[in-house]
Amino acid sequence: MHACLRTLLMLALLGAPAWADVAEFTVAEEARYQTLINQLRCLVCQNQTIAESNAPLAQDLRRQVQEKMRAGRSDDEIKDYLTERYGDFVLYDPPMKKTTWLLWLGPFILLAGALMIALLILRKSKKVDPEPEIKPVDISRILKDQDS
Amino acid sequence: MRWGALVPLVFVALLIGLLAIGLSLDPREVPSPLIGKPAPDFVLPSLSAPETQISVSDLRGKVTLVNVWASWCVACREEHPLLMDLAGRNLLPIYGLNYKDERAEALAWLSRFGNPYTDSIYDAEGTAGLDWGVYGVPETFILDRHGRIRYKHIGAISASDLEHKLLPVIMELLGETG
Repeated sequence: MHACLRTLLMLALLGAPAWADVAEFTVAEEARYQTLINQLRCLVCQNQTIAESNAPLAQDLRRQVQEKMRAGRSDDEIKDYLTERYGDFVLYDPPMKKTTWLLWLGPFILLAGALMIALLILRKSKKVDPEPEIKPVDISRILKDQDS
Repeated sequence: MRWGALVPLVFVALLIGLLAIGLSLDPREVPSPLIGKPAPDFVLPSLSAPETQISVSDLRGKVTLVNVWASWCVACREEHPLLMDLAGRNLLPIYGLNYKDERAEALAWLSRFGNPYTDSIYDAEGTAGLDWGVYGVPETFILDRHGRIRYKHIGAISASDLEHKLLPVIMELLGETG
């Protein structure tokens, strides 16, 4: 069991090359570091975080995050430092403001539009005449009429 | 009823419009938060004269173009003739920010392709680059007389970029008084 866990941990380490940067961090510091670098976008490989990317810029930004952490800066101060230089785009969780409201509300606006259309279609299909009901009595009468 | 049937059509048309805009934009061009702000400070050696220090205050007083380049950067070679052309027009000083380069290689590059720069700032560690929000070399900044960043171009400058984007900004800033 322990051997199995150890293997799993080692595999996890293989998947996270950025861990190698911070040998002297405590466990708590390292957790904080990991959380931070997983929230920051690499501007060179735009769909990767700076934790995932090995682009030189991502390495530089990771080093900056470490240095700021060592200097005792808070998470917000570190994020501010990077947004001052690279804009909100560097954050995977950008703040709600004038330039980002469409980003935040866009999906809900689309959803509302889709719901409206769905409602319209549903209402329209209700207006179609209901199928004429045939009662058993009617059938027997029709049959009788044909016989005669 | 008739109008209701048009709603999905309008909705799809809007969606197509949005997607068309999205496709025509370049996702690599991230708007810089530094536009309109004073150029970030640095004190770094000159590329050609290592003992001479260049600081951001040397860029003040004139409309200035700052071009981030490196000898390892292939796209820099692409825009280089245009910078030579611009330098030939003697409109404004062009400073190079030599980013994460080797001094010898950078100097060899300049003697091979020509040197459009008034001077190049030697940023071996990329520290000024980081403060200036550089993420894709080449990048080009235009500074006004007060040393504020007024325009940023990401990637190689094309002939049309120079005519239709950079030069109009340069002319406008040169026309500004005070």
